[in-house]
Amino acid sequence: MIKPWLLYLLLSGGLFTALLLSLSIGALPIPPDQIWKIFCEKLGCDTGNGIHLQQAAILWSVRFPRTVLGLLVGASLGVAGAAIQGIFRNPLAEPGLIGISAGASLMAVLIIGLELTLFAGLSNLLGYYLLGIGAFCGAALSAFVVYHMSKSDGRPDVGTMLLAGIAINALAGSLTGLITYMADDQQLRNITFWMLGSLGGATWQTVSALLPFVLFPLLLLPRLGKSLNTFALGEMQSDHLGIDVNRIKTQVVILATMAVGASVAVSGIIGFVGLLVPHMVRLMAGVDNRTLVPASALLGALTLTLADLLCRTVIAPMELPIGVITSLLGTPVFLYILMKEKKKHSL
Amino acid sequence: MLIADNLTYAIGTYKLVNQLSFHIRTGELVVLLGANGAGKSSLLRLLSGDKKASAGSLLLAGKDIGQYSKAQLALKRSVLAQQNVVNVAFRVEDLVMMGRYPHFQNKPSAHDLEVLEAVMAHTGLDRLADRSYLTLSGGEQQRAQLARVLAQIWDVPGALLLMDEPVAGLDIQYQQQTMAIAKQLSKKGFTVVAVLHDINLAAQYGDRVIMLKNGRKWYDGTPIEVLKPRQIFEIFEIDVTTFTNPYTLKPFIIARDTLL
Repeated sequence: MIKPWLLYLLLSGGLFTALLLSLSIGALPIPPDQIWKIFCEKLGCDTGNGIHLQQAAILWSVRFPRTVLGLLVGASLGVAGAAIQGIFRNPLAEPGLIGISAGASLMAVLIIGLELTLFAGLSNLLGYYLLGIGAFCGAALSAFVVYHMSKSDGRPDVGTMLLAGIAINALAGSLTGLITYMADDQQLRNITFWMLGSLGGATWQTVSALLPFVLFPLLLLPRLGKSLNTFALGEMQSDHLGIDVNRIKTQVVILATMAVGASVAVSGIIGFVGLLVPHMVRLMAGVDNRTLVPASALLGALTLTLADLLCRTVIAPMELPIGVITSLLGTPVFLYILMKEKKKHSL
Repeated sequence: MLIADNLTYAIGTYKLVNQLSFHIRTGELVVLLGANGAGKSSLLRLLSGDKKASAGSLLLAGKDIGQYSKAQLALKRSVLAQQNVVNVAFRVEDLVMMGRYPHFQNKPSAHDLEVLEAVMAHTGLDRLADRSYLTLSGGEQQRAQLARVLAQIWDVPGALLLMDEPVAGLDIQYQQQTMAIAKQLSKKGFTVVAVLHDINLAAQYGDRVIMLKNGRKWYDGTPIEVLKPRQIFEIFEIDVTTFTNPYTLKPFIIARDTLL
């Protein structure tokens, strides 16, 4: 176990390095000193010698928004995963498992599939934000349904929650399948994008659509660390320590839904980040949610930045969907943790 | 400290707690006795503020208990629950520190750390401070929960400590130590209300024993006044013989063979 300050230092250092790599590696390499110069130029300082215009254009309108998007989505998935695991008192809970992602992608696919007919008016009105808002509503709806179905005696029951999540996932999956079946070629391409996840569509517009949804969760969830710690004692015990249990649960579900719903809206389903990142933090620095939640944001951002770098470089000039990378690398890690936990409990 | 007047708690038409009136003074250690389903735990949940009374009133330090916010209550009373299931590997010291959460915002003050140290030493947990809670024995886990609950009110003069079957599942040494800690607290001016099943522990440590049956208060007084064979028969429907413990001069009760 390492101290929180050291963990923050390592993660920040790692994240900074990953961001720099992500900005400089690509079809057209941009050395770090050039990146620095281009930034200075954008901020209005005079750097003296000339900068490469093509590099500046690619950095500013392609690589930079994509990197920022990866950062925000990764941080959101990490922080939401940690908080959801906290309120459900279950380290295997994950936004995806309780239907948030499936609900979000169902709504997104619904909007893509029926865009021209049903949503045309709304689409004109809300423009680029329509998908984000739609995915968010889908996420909120499924989270609400699962959460309320899992309540018995006013307390969410973990077993029921997972079963309800499976049911909602199956329902959303089959409806998504139905729309996929009816979709034309262009729509099919867009739908595949949702299912596998990608940061490829990143523009400053995407970033600005995402930012308002993830800003509050990223700022507020880390402040709930103390309350989430008391949840581990049990809800009654938490109540005896003066925590308004129901308010905290509602806050976490709303904030996590905002973060994950909006992330799925701009990048599709990126599996396993919300589940794995908090576990990796626990292995490094222990279970205290005051460290776990903010550190999960940092590690989530770091993980997704590296995953995106990987998926756009391994088969360049082609791209792998990022959801494929995170699940492919995440599953073995997840199984390893599972085996380790099993061994610990049987001892 | 606690004044109950016609306190009633009903689910539907079934009264789990029925018109209880009593007055518990600061510094008393009161033991609630009664058969399963007598209403002890329900009464404790009323005293802790978890449940609202259906009728009657309950004053804590002169104010109706419903008037306190959760945060205010957390600074006045702490509760050791009957069941504590924790499946997260907190360090023992971190778990005990959670008892101080109502007292600080983000960082524990120097005073909170002092309280933590005092409680850990008092409950004999200092040698386990760095261990993971999940690696402790059942008795040690219960001890850590007790320490957490003590830390919550350690520096609050006259605070209320509620314990719901605090010795269930503990060996005899832990039982005695737990009750001795409770007794010592009450002598320091804390008010302690404990639900117990062991009549002899009640006789040994209680300043006062309240026997409940069917949600009503049947007997209320010192162990010597309450724990008489006829009265124990009325509550538990078993034949007992009582002696006087020559060391404590408290009643000592043994059950006679039950004929089926």
